[in-house]
Amino acid sequence: MSKTLFDKIWDAHVIKVAEGGLDVLYIDRHFIHEVTSPQAFDGLKQRNLPVFRPLQTIATADHNVPTKDQHLPIQEKLSRDQVEKLRENCREFGLELYDLGHPYQGIVHVIGPELGITQPGMTIVCGDSHTSTHGAFGTIAFGIGTSQVEQVMATQCLLQRKPKCMRITVDGALQDGVLSKDIILYIISKLTAAGGTGYFVEYAGSAIRALSMEARMTICNMSIEMGARGGLIAPDATTFEYVRGRKFAPQGADFEAAVSKWEQLYTDVDAQFDLEYHFDASEIGPMLTYGTNPGMGIAVSEHVPDMALPGDSPVSFDKSLTYMGFKAGESLLGKTIHHVFIGSCTNSRIEDLRLVAEFIQGKQKAGHVQVMVVPGSQQVAQQAIAEGLDKIFSDAGFDFREPGCSACLGMNEDKIPAGAYCVSTSNRNFEGRQGPGARTILASPLTAAAVALAGKIVDVRVHFNQN
Amino acid sequence: MEKFTQIRSTAIPLPIEDVDTDQIIPARFLKATTREGFGDNLFRDWRYTSDGQQKTDFVLNNPTYQGQILVAGKNFGCGSSREHAAWALYDYGFRVVVSSFFADIFRGNALNNGLLPVQVTPEALHAILQAIEQDPATDFVVDLENQTFTLPATGLEASFDIDPFRKICMINGYDDIDYLLSLKSEIEAFEHAQ
Repeated sequence: MSKTLFDKIWDAHVIKVAEGGLDVLYIDRHFIHEVTSPQAFDGLKQRNLPVFRPLQTIATADHNVPTKDQHLPIQEKLSRDQVEKLRENCREFGLELYDLGHPYQGIVHVIGPELGITQPGMTIVCGDSHTSTHGAFGTIAFGIGTSQVEQVMATQCLLQRKPKCMRITVDGALQDGVLSKDIILYIISKLTAAGGTGYFVEYAGSAIRALSMEARMTICNMSIEMGARGGLIAPDATTFEYVRGRKFAPQGADFEAAVSKWEQLYTDVDAQFDLEYHFDASEIGPMLTYGTNPGMGIAVSEHVPDMALPGDSPVSFDKSLTYMGFKAGESLLGKTIHHVFIGSCTNSRIEDLRLVAEFIQGKQKAGHVQVMVVPGSQQVAQQAIAEGLDKIFSDAGFDFREPGCSACLGMNEDKIPAGAYCVSTSNRNFEGRQGPGARTILASPLTAAAVALAGKIVDVRVHFNQN
Repeated sequence: MEKFTQIRSTAIPLPIEDVDTDQIIPARFLKATTREGFGDNLFRDWRYTSDGQQKTDFVLNNPTYQGQILVAGKNFGCGSSREHAAWALYDYGFRVVVSSFFADIFRGNALNNGLLPVQVTPEALHAILQAIEQDPATDFVVDLENQTFTLPATGLEASFDIDPFRKICMINGYDDIDYLLSLKSEIEAFEHAQ
């Protein structure tokens, strides 16, 4: 029978069908971090259970770590306690921890791929909704709650009902200045913040195939922002070349054997999806969000909608615009911006930093703007320094910091002040996400860089058309 | 997990759509290492001003509305996978959330913590919100066995779906982990076959 890529991976991981029709799904890799694991470890202790497969469990500290002076003790007590708890738990249960100061430390969804832990055909979970990132390698990867973190630590399995499957095909060539971040913000704006709920999404089409692994990760990362549990892309030569030679990837003949297995990971020609969408890449412009969920997005050249979409509540729409300080029907071009954040599991990889550095080289940020650049991992940071990107950032007045989740969710000191706008390469524009009262406008790294230079909202395409 | 069979309670209306988990429990309050106490910061930034004063226009600060049932707009619980959202609602005293649509991860987290997500049609949601508006003291009955949400005063009844396995777990207070632990030899056999 014809199968989708998703079916092939899922079916290969079902140990048995439990009573009530739920699948017992085997999990190949489990990433944990300081915020969603302590209560799960407590559960193991109460039941007197070990971690069942410690070698398949990878820990790092990312969510609430400072992005300055990581060599010093964490100043904020609750954050320090939580990271210390992770250390204690990893010691007690015999888990590898990529702690602050470790050369592999970083945002959990950045380090998995760059260390070659994430490999095609795997099932991967983490107590973090952006686990969908790993789907870029042709994996089934999704976020779980803490009770499930405990289940996976105890048994390496989860009880799951198989979700429906959706395919989103994007064909054609992108305009200059338009990135994969714009593709996914465009898709979410069309499907809404709930449009993917109940589905796993396969991204396909020539525009997706043409993307680098970093760019594919950005797309899969935001699958959850339309409600989908995860997103995945069939692995191809781009994937294999990315994985080749990485620390925990198969090496030599083992790698070639793995590739021949991975080459079978594609959707059969006549496989059926529960839902399909098609988009034309050439119609996508640089995107911005104007509201308080990622579905509220427009091209920078468009205006804020006049009213809520049919079926949506006008009360929620008005509440959202009031929070953002925007008016229905207005253009965002020219709005003064005081904060720019370049980072997060969506856009903090070396390719993102290179794009930004190339764009700003020899230029200066606008005087009133504060710009944070937070690399996704120690390896990204070291690579950026080796390439001299840190110098380009500091020359332009950008603050190049140490790795972590940072101002994406404001768990550490990196917060945006109440009422201030932040053009951010992160993934969520929820109320207060970047700090109480902060107003987030989601955008691509190029748009963020252009805004940092101009001090106001601009259409980054102007720079490319001039050249 | 505590057992859930039936409750009778008044309800608190929150007719906002896309209530995300950052609103339910902002990230800066996720630093505790136990499951208790999150109710104090439930809807923190909607409940309190930045200097800790209650916002009188927020429904949880309005003594007219009480109860163990929260009735909210569609796509409730979207965003982060933080189970702290379910813990915060439960710790505050909610046992049921009614909406016309739930985000997947939140739904699963709620069910794993004895908090029942009741999904009703948009029309039923509208009728329930109207009933609360007309009489905030009106009682609702949530019956998990029969999968019904009823308003005894008017006879309004909405049925709701729940995964049959999750229903058994909720009624009996079972966790998935007990079942998964019983499969150890099958899990090991699966690993060997790889």
